[in-house]
Order: sequence, then structure tokens, then C-alpha cells
Amino acid sequence: MLMKILVIEDDRQAASYLAKGLKEAGHVVDVANDGKEGLFLAGAEHYDVMIVDRMLPGRDGLSLVQVLRAAGNDTPVLFLSALGSVDDRVKGLKAGGDDYLTKPFAFSELLARIEVLVRRRGAAQPQTRLSVGDLELDLLSRSVRRAGKAIDLLPREFSLLEYLMRNAGSVVTRTMMLENVWDYHFDPQTNVIDVHIARLRQKIDKDFPTPLIHTVRGAGYSLRAAEA
Amino acid sequence: MLRTEAHSAGLHGFVAAGLRLVRTTAFRLALLYLAMFVLSVGLILGVVYRTTAGFLEQEIGETIALEVAGLQDHYRNYGLPGLVDVVRTRSAVANNNSIYLLTTAAGVILAGNLSGWPAAVPNASGWTHFKVADYGGVNDRPSTAQAVTFTLPGQFRLLVGRDMSEIDQLRTRMFRSLGWILGATALLGLGGGLLMSRGAMRRIEAINRTTRQIMSGDLTDRVPRFGGGDEMDRLAGNLNAMLDRIERLMTGMKQVTDSVAHDLRTPLTRLRSRIELALLHETEDPEVYRSVLQDTIVEADRLLATFTALLSIAEAESGAKRQDFVPVDLAEVVELAADLYEPVADERGQRLSVDIRGKPVVHGNGQLLAQVVSNLLDNAIKYTPDGGNITLVLDGPAPGRAACIEVADSGPGIPPDMRDKVLQRFVRLDTARASPGNGLGLSLVDAVATLHGAKLELSDNEPGLKVSLLFPPEARR
Repeated sequence: MLMKILVIEDDRQAASYLAKGLKEAGHVVDVANDGKEGLFLAGAEHYDVMIVDRMLPGRDGLSLVQVLRAAGNDTPVLFLSALGSVDDRVKGLKAGGDDYLTKPFAFSELLARIEVLVRRRGAAQPQTRLSVGDLELDLLSRSVRRAGKAIDLLPREFSLLEYLMRNAGSVVTRTMMLENVWDYHFDPQTNVIDVHIARLRQKIDKDFPTPLIHTVRGAGYSLRAAEA
Repeated sequence: MLRTEAHSAGLHGFVAAGLRLVRTTAFRLALLYLAMFVLSVGLILGVVYRTTAGFLEQEIGETIALEVAGLQDHYRNYGLPGLVDVVRTRSAVANNNSIYLLTTAAGVILAGNLSGWPAAVPNASGWTHFKVADYGGVNDRPSTAQAVTFTLPGQFRLLVGRDMSEIDQLRTRMFRSLGWILGATALLGLGGGLLMSRGAMRRIEAINRTTRQIMSGDLTDRVPRFGGGDEMDRLAGNLNAMLDRIERLMTGMKQVTDSVAHDLRTPLTRLRSRIELALLHETEDPEVYRSVLQDTIVEADRLLATFTALLSIAEAESGAKRQDFVPVDLAEVVELAADLYEPVADERGQRLSVDIRGKPVVHGNGQLLAQVVSNLLDNAIKYTPDGGNITLVLDGPAPGRAACIEVADSGPGIPPDMRDKVLQRFVRLDTARASPGNGLGLSLVDAVATLHGAKLELSDNEPGLKVSLLFPPEARR
């Protein structure tokens, strides 16, 4: 999925690493080195997603996004910040950010997150049914079927599958699952997510010829139907 | 010339010293004390004066009024000659303070011991004050008198009065002694005030001395206490408690710096050597470099995780998060953590039993509390052998606590002498060396517990370890 991305980051070296990495992942990237330039570019061009450093000289990232939102710009914004506390995160989201990533981060984490942001933006209105391949999830009756066969899931497994299905086709990292399914904004030492995914696989994939949950090395997991 | 200068310098010095004295709290307190003292003594003396001298004057007035009434009666009953007789008789009594004068309308003296009608004009209440000497009073010396005058039927004028010289004398003497008392009071007050405030100030000065000592770098100094438990002592006690805490934090900080230097340098060295070796080992095979880079990322991630943990501990210890505390439903926190770790325990054949006995709500930080419970579960799962038992209990309010979270396992436990030690950063038991971890998990639990005012207790689960987190009733607020 090709995206047009605006990176607003005052640290030139960090900005160039970001741009390089994003371009290598196949995206088109513009870089602004301060808030003023960022605001100008964001207003002049259409972007799929913006990556904004929280602390910028002159105008900080928070107020920049506030200004954009006030002007009716609803391009998804991911904040990058060296400030990692939950309160900083909440502030970022309140200012109009869609996601928040603390430096330093794994590049795969950043890629996964912006892709999910862009896809979510393009997603249809609230759904009551999700389906990927022959897997169906009904949000109202909270039931799951694969190839017409009912699958029994524990409440948390259901939430995890729902999150994977909402982001079907995208890579979902362990941190993203912890944040969105458990609301855990810290890193538990053990890779608990892997165990949960293994359990989910037992129920979703084990008895079927084609697996839906795929491991993405060095990044996380992805739920997608077999390539046609 | 020189002399004058020296003199003026001396004067200047004196004035400066005086100003300094005036600026001291001791002096101001003494002055205030003095003013209050003098005011209250003056008030008391005023009351004493009124009740003695005033009482005597009033007494005299009443006696005169009675006498006048008697004389009027006498005049009515016996006529002018009778009155003249009585006045004469009474005037003749020696060493008497009484003054009488009876005259005709024309001013001819009929009887009395006064040489003439006084010129003074009676005041509103009919009293006349005049000097007796001019009229040849009862005593030789000049003295004042107080009298009442009135006109009898037939235009005769009668004056009945008292020589006030004795009362005047009493009054003068009283005024003089009152003056002395007030003066002595002022002196005593000033002295006492200075002494008292100097006493208090000396103790403040002692605190100042300690503060300066500490500012110069000696953190071990403490404010002296005088005993007695007054507010000064409490101030000293609080200051000392604050200093203890600062010293503890400083020691902690030093220990952390040392640990960080040691425990982060080791993996960094490892990281560096790995990269260096890869460069030395000349090869065309990209896979070799690739694997080295991947290992490097793993190592770097581990280092970053350690940093994050250290920062979280430091943040919790600073207490800054206390401002953002909100009510946290512990049952929710415990359920979520249990839910996250249950499959992990299950995978190792361990039984994780969860017992939520109440729905206590504490004032705190939800994320940190979640992290604490997940850290404890993580530890329990890590150190309990496969097939072991782990219990997670949440209990509601009981005497002395608002809530209690307990994680117990059937693992090897921690020997009693090591229980305090494992709370320190980077400390890991030898038995734990084999399992992954950075030795910061329990340190964070301890820091978060302290942040919430909760007590962390490590005890023997026979076998295994039992970790209890006791939230005090105040934490609910």
C-alpha cells in the first residue's frame, strides 16, 4: 500500500532516517524541519498520514496538530515523542493525534502503525459483522464462524480476533495489541501476546487447511485470507 | 578631623547595629510582647484607680447629699435659728473635713467655717469645686474642696462640702505609684520579651546553622532538638525527617548510578564486541552480517527495555505522578492481568487461580498498578516450576487497609535475609540468573507501592513466595 507521508521532525538526522526507511517501504515522503514549514506543507498538499515530532522548535507538535484539526484537516497523525508517560500520550491524543509512539521505536512498529491508521481512515462506517476469507465475526451476537462452523472464543480471545480482523491485511505489532486489546501501555517482560495468538490459532486455524493468522518476522502478526 | 570621622564611623556602626537589632524577629516580637504587657497592666491599674479613688469620691458625694437632706429637714422643723445652731455646732468640731456656710441673700455670713462664698460656678450636677485656702479652710495648707450649694426658702443660701485634700493626696500618691508600676512593667516586659524571643531565635539560628552546613555539602548534619515537643521541636523533627529522606534518595541515586554504570556497561560492551568481531571477520557472506545485526537489535532492545524500566522506577519514586491519581478499580486491574497471564501459566502446566473477594477502589495510577500486578504474575510464572500453583488474590477493606493484592507461588521462594535486597535495582538471586530478566521487576513494584502509600510484604508461602501489596485506608481518600 503506497502512502504519501509528511514527516515533521526538527532533528535532521532522525528525519532523514525516517524518510529513508519510509521510502524503502515504498512510500512517498516529504520532510518539514520545523512547525511552520510543516503547517505550510500540511495545508498545501494532501497526505495520507503525518508523522509529527511532539517537541518542535517554534511551534510544538501538539499545537500544530490542534491548528490543523481546527482548520478541518483530518489527516491521520502519529506523534513521535521522547516523552513516554501515559499522561504525555493522553495529551497527544487529546490534541488530535491518532496514535503515539515513544522514541526509540522499532521501524517495523512505526510502519505497522501508520498503515493501520490510514486503513482505519478509509474503513467503512461502524460494522456489525467483520469477515476475512471464510472467517466471520458477528459483533452483535458476539459469535465467530469459520466456513460456517461455529467457534467458541473466550471474551478476551474475541476482542483480540476482532482487533486483528478490523486491521486485516495489515501488520499488527504486539505493542499495538497490548494497547488496544488490554489497554496496557507498558511492556510486560514476557511475550504474553505470542501465547494468546497461539491459543487463537488453535481455535481459528488448526482445523482448517489455510491459516489466516500469519507471523510477520521482527514485527508482529497479520490476519489475512490466503492470496487469491 | 580624624577623630570626628572615627566618631561618626562609630556612630554609624552603632546605628547600623541598632537597625540590625530592629530588623530581627526577636526584637519585633519583644516589642509586641512589651506593648501587650504594658497595655494590659495599664488597664488593670485603671480599674484599680477607679474602684478606689472613684469610690471614695462617690462616698463623699453621698454623705453630703444625706447631710443636706438632714439640714433641710432641720430648717423646715426649727426655722432659721435652728439651722444656724446646727451649722455652728457642726462647724465648731475640730479636725473635721466638713465645710459649711450659711448666708443671707445679700451674702452676710450667718454661720459656717468658710470665710466667704466661693466664686466658683456649680457644674451641671450642682457640684462646686474650689480652693479652700483663699477662704481660710480647716487646714492651713491650700486644698481643694467639693461642695453643693442651694438656696433655702427666704433666699438664704447654704453650702455643704468636704475638704478633698486627703483624697487629693491619696490620688497623687496613687498616680505616682501607678506610674512606677507601669515603668517597672515596661522594663520587665521588654527584658522578658527579649529573653523569650531570643530563646526562640537561638533555636531558629541553630536551624539556620544546620541548613548552611548542609548547603555546604554535609548531608549528615541534623537540626538539634531541645525536647519538650513544642512546635519548634516539631519543626526540627520535620526538617530532620526531610533531610533523612533526601539523604536516602541521594544514596539511592548513587547506588543506581553505580548499578547503571555496571549493569548497562556489560551489555554495551557485549554489543560493541559483537559488532567489532563481525567487522574483523572478513567475509563476503551477507548472512553473517545479517545475523550479527539481528542479534545487535535484540541486545539493543533489551538495553532500551532496561532504560525504560529504570525511568519508570525513577518516575514512580519521584512521586510526581501522585498529582494525576484517579480512582482505580483494583478488581478490573487484577482481572485484566490474570486474563493476560493465564494462558502463559497454562502453557507451563501451572495452575493460576484467581480469587477476587471484593471490588476495592484505590486512588492511584491504573497503568502503574496494572504493571505491578503483571510484574508479580510474570515473576511467579517465571520462577515456579512447571505444574506448580500460583494464586492471585484481591481482598477488600479490612482493619488498617483499604485493599490487598496477593500473589503467591509454589516456587523456590526467597530466603528471609534476601527479601529486602531483591527490591534493590539489578539485584537478582543466583537461582534467577538462568531466567531472563533485568532485576528491575520487584524494584518497580516496590517503587509503585511506595508511590501509592502501599506496603509491600514478601513472605514465605511454604513453599514458595508470597508477595502482598497492602493499600492503606488513606489511599482511598
